[in-house]
Amino acid sequence: MQLNSLHLIHFKNHLSGDLKFGKQVNCLLGDNGSGKTNILDALHYLCFCKSYFNPIDSQNISHGESFMMIKGVFNHQGNEEIVSCGVKRGAKKVFKKNEKSYSRLLEHIGKFPAVIIAPDDSEIVRGGSEVRRKWMDGVISQYDRTYLEKLIDYKKAVHQRNNLFKYFAENRLWDTSLIEPWDARIAPNAVFIAQSRKEFIKNFLPVFIEVYNEICGGSEVVSLEYFSNVSNNEDEFMELLKTSQEDDRRLRRMTCGVHKDDLAFKIGDYPLRKFGSQGQQKTFLVALKLAQLVFLEKATGVKPILLLDDIFDKIDDKRVRALMSRVTDGTFGQIFITDTHMGRIPEMFTSIGADVRVFEVINGEVNTLDV
Amino acid sequence: MVCKILVGFLFRCARYAVYIYGVQQLPSRLIEAAVDQIATLPGIGRRTALRLALSLLRRDTERVRALSDALISMSEGVSPCRVCHNLTEQDVCSICKTPERNRKLICVVEDIRDLIAIENVGTYRGVYHVLAGVISPMDGVGPADINIAALVLRISELDQDTEVIFALPSTMEGDTTSFYLYKKLVEFDIKVTTLARGIAVGEALQHADEATLARSMDNRTLYEI
Repeated sequence: MQLNSLHLIHFKNHLSGDLKFGKQVNCLLGDNGSGKTNILDALHYLCFCKSYFNPIDSQNISHGESFMMIKGVFNHQGNEEIVSCGVKRGAKKVFKKNEKSYSRLLEHIGKFPAVIIAPDDSEIVRGGSEVRRKWMDGVISQYDRTYLEKLIDYKKAVHQRNNLFKYFAENRLWDTSLIEPWDARIAPNAVFIAQSRKEFIKNFLPVFIEVYNEICGGSEVVSLEYFSNVSNNEDEFMELLKTSQEDDRRLRRMTCGVHKDDLAFKIGDYPLRKFGSQGQQKTFLVALKLAQLVFLEKATGVKPILLLDDIFDKIDDKRVRALMSRVTDGTFGQIFITDTHMGRIPEMFTSIGADVRVFEVINGEVNTLDV
Repeated sequence: MVCKILVGFLFRCARYAVYIYGVQQLPSRLIEAAVDQIATLPGIGRRTALRLALSLLRRDTERVRALSDALISMSEGVSPCRVCHNLTEQDVCSICKTPERNRKLICVVEDIRDLIAIENVGTYRGVYHVLAGVISPMDGVGPADINIAALVLRISELDQDTEVIFALPSTMEGDTTSFYLYKKLVEFDIKVTTLARGIAVGEALQHADEATLARSMDNRTLYEI
């Protein structure tokens, strides 16, 4: 899958812009704050219906403007597909594929897969378990729509159940027959989600280990371990919900379920967060994301777009060079990469013989440069 | 000095409120009172309320009185049916009163509008029970806030060949309410059914969403001519 062109109106600091992209490598070069990452974010919008950096749509509109619009022309398995996203202040976001708007945004998720590597990914390693669950959910949702639907249903039911416990506490009431319907709604979805996550980690792990070894030469042993208090059996989970009712009552929220799952990253036998060096953590993240790309291609049959934001923040020139040689061998599809250094990336790619297109970004204006 | 700053600040707040809510100074206290009342109705903001108030002002007083009389007599004269909570001018509604209706077939609906929709089909010959809501803790609606106790009491007085049909919305809250009701009714050993869910009549398969299609496949029925 490739993005042929991008059209922006009032998106962040890009007041207007028309870009034509190359099939392999597209470099966005410019100073800090010039709007390089915003272009990547616009692509993220087209693939995931939302910004990677700011979840509030209206805050992605240029200052002082009333609307924004992103339009991209993709080459999706030989067909030309036009995806557009419009946001107007005070109105609902409109998302269209080939001029036809989606009634539910989740229908779009997974159709145009992409993987982004950005500096604030480090939260996946250092942050709370929520960030890791979100990452897992993001990957699985791209190839399994049922998973996404069940996850949304699960979250809504948990929210309702938590409200019920708050209501009990506020009114000094207690009625277990009222909890039961919510438990019955939650249990099958919880079991399905836990199973899907388990299955995902099982299949993802070998891909990840392979990519990791390739990046750092196979000197370290890494692993991913998935933890959940939800078993394979619906009745067992119902039982667990019943026994934890007292805790739930005290804390006024659901204390067990797939929203408490965690994913442990290990290097050797030790947790990466506590014992991994900065460099090891960064390499781990890059490997995780690149493995995601390989895995998604296997699962969906479509080669995802790779968005690299400030990759040199994570790994050194030598490793980037080694990594980028995979562009020419066809492991990666189309790549978008940002850098503040004018010459570095274009040189790297021309030396390995890739098709490179270079764009210079100055204060929201994008110019195509000749290499 | 402090006082001056404070007054300036309040004035600015008021200006901001006007900007946000569109609150305008109305020429009369009476109009303002009317606009305030009309704006309490669902789906009507102050702008529409003002438009309606001005349109009423252009009418003869007689016609306005006819409107207000109609509203007052409606409010005084219409109340929920003692049996099914449908709206009626009497103690018991016309549906519950009709002798030909099967009193052992009770259709549970969320809202009066659902009852009207089923009545418009014209083939249902049983009676109804209007819950006036579904369980949703998020909106502060529990079983005590809707007519569940009345339904349970009603069923307890009927014998075993009674059938209860759940015709509640196909949402999480509707399903949860059905589940809760079922648990309450199961002890009476009666027949409990729910409306079929699946492809709409006249709809093309390719336009149905996946959840609906999966449901239709699971609940497929025997083909008979």
